[in-house]
Amino acid sequence: MDNLSAFFAMGGYAGYVWPTYILAVVVMAVLLIASVRSAHANERDLEAAQSLRPSRRRRNNPSAASAEPGAEEVPQA
Amino acid sequence: MHRFANPARFLRIAAIIQPWAMAVAALSFAAGLWFSLFASPADYQQGETVRIMYIHVPSAWMGMFCYTAMAVFSAMGLIWKHPLADLMARATAPVGAAFTFICLVTGSLWGKPMWGTWWVWDARLTSMLILFFLYLGYMALADAFDDPERGQKAAGILALVGVVNVPVIKWSVDWWNTLHQPASVVKMGGPAIDATMMVPLILMAVAFKAYWILVLIFRTRSEIAGAKLRTLRMAQVHAAGQAE
Repeated sequence: MDNLSAFFAMGGYAGYVWPTYILAVVVMAVLLIASVRSAHANERDLEAAQSLRPSRRRRNNPSAASAEPGAEEVPQA
Repeated sequence: MHRFANPARFLRIAAIIQPWAMAVAALSFAAGLWFSLFASPADYQQGETVRIMYIHVPSAWMGMFCYTAMAVFSAMGLIWKHPLADLMARATAPVGAAFTFICLVTGSLWGKPMWGTWWVWDARLTSMLILFFLYLGYMALADAFDDPERGQKAAGILALVGVVNVPVIKWSVDWWNTLHQPASVVKMGGPAIDATMMVPLILMAVAFKAYWILVLIFRTRSEIAGAKLRTLRMAQVHAAGQAE
């Protein structure tokens, strides 16, 4: 128990050492989580938009596309 | 290098690297924490505050490394018009800014007990603060235009101009009289610090580097999907305009 409190006391420098480690962990965790969430959100949106998109062949052939007006009406997700 | 400019190829390679980067980052960070907090001695002069070094110094290395990487990616984007290089420069900026921020704040937390001051306008500290502002300027400029390509170009030029600051940071402690100590790890004649302190320092440096790779992958994936989404929506607007 003494060992543990000595460890947390950091030789009297607890107020400097612990904030250092807490800051590093918090900043790195926040950036990582934000990056993962942004990647997943954008990839999900892209997939949703692509599944609504008319097929590539039809897109390259305007006459076929206009024959099916419904295919062009993609809701703005 | 052109072989890597293809986003599909990037995504394939990234999918392979991602789990490894995650494993290396997690393991070396855990080991680094163990060595820096438990299994390393207190300094004979600085006492337990020496443990701040294991976060502060690798963060400073990352701040400079990320900026250099960002400048190289920006140069590739500007010269060869690699869209992927531009996206990777954008993806690196927040990582560099985060590590520079950690470096500055932990430096303050170390300076107070050891130097008796939170901050001093010495060459090393000031050039590091300028690095932080360069990151903020880059990120603001990259998003400041409606046309992302123009923003990317302006930000890329800023990244290249600002790269002169990196050697200034590195040698500031030799060129000027600074309160900050000179280099003790990477120097002629070998490192001036003990192996027991070298182990946590290296582990943390490895962990931070792997962390950068991991975040770079996620942010570049996000940028690629975002760019495709923009193109797709633009094509839809265009098609809708033609249909009328």
